[in-house]
Amino acid sequence: MIGIEHYLVVSSILFVMGMLGIFLNRKNIIIILMAIELILLSVNLNLVAFSAFLGDMTGQIFAMFVLTVAAGEAAIGLAILVIYFRQRGTIAVDDVNRMKG
Amino acid sequence: MQIFAFYLFASIVIASGAFCIFARNPVHSVLWLILAFFNAAGLMLLVGAEFIAALLVIVYVGAVAVLFLFVVMMLDIDFAELRAGFMKNLPLGLLLALVLLAEIIFGIGAWSAGGMGEATAVVGPPAGGPSNIEALGTLLYTKYVFIFEAAGLVLLVAMVGAIVLTNRKRGGVRIQNIQEQVARRPQDATRNEQPEVGKGVEL
Repeated sequence: MIGIEHYLVVSSILFVMGMLGIFLNRKNIIIILMAIELILLSVNLNLVAFSAFLGDMTGQIFAMFVLTVAAGEAAIGLAILVIYFRQRGTIAVDDVNRMKG
Repeated sequence: MQIFAFYLFASIVIASGAFCIFARNPVHSVLWLILAFFNAAGLMLLVGAEFIAALLVIVYVGAVAVLFLFVVMMLDIDFAELRAGFMKNLPLGLLLALVLLAEIIFGIGAWSAGGMGEATAVVGPPAGGPSNIEALGTLLYTKYVFIFEAAGLVLLVAMVGAIVLTNRKRGGVRIQNIQEQVARRPQDATRNEQPEVGKGVEL
């Protein structure tokens, strides 16, 4: 029988995968954004699993809000990426600190 | 059957997450991400969260992943150069990830060994109760209505922000000015001249 532990293990593996993605692709901001999406997906999986196994719908409501924030974050992040590329001609994030003021 | 489906979806979601990180081409990365989203939706479907699963497919695959694909294909980037530090970071990154994963799974094991009485509840939609969407909607439009409005506000701000950030004024473009066109009168636009013989009209 599938218990909540199975879901927690899957979502924690996914979370660590996202973290590893941020760590490995430190120069490529597109992959970093995708890794953040993976992390948020694992959080959603966790929320939904707990919601189902504890019989409380609140987890699914909050999974929806996480989804909303993830969509907004992706939109803003990609917009910043596009204007950064327009200015610099590259998306290497090593020297992003030149963006300030 | 349910166990088989769970292990199928779980293995595909983990494998496609790994391929998403390690893919050389970002376009492949996005496609692996889409596969991961589909299978995560399947996992959510297994515990009876139909609406969230549908939302995941619609919002993530339909909007976010397509946005990623669009940006990846729109920008002309030398991706080989961006992978320079990849091999250097790999050992330490894998070590950190393994330590973190071991800690989390150890924590889950300790938690489940302690035993939480409620955690053995139903899998799948409860029989006889309201459907998943019905229960979610009831909760969303009563108890969490203000948070729901705030979520709408978040989306509005994100939309306005993205438009403001990427919008740019381009010089040298002739734009139609409708007010000016409508306000134009014949006496402003034409004039009568009686030039002398042998001379033209100065415009």
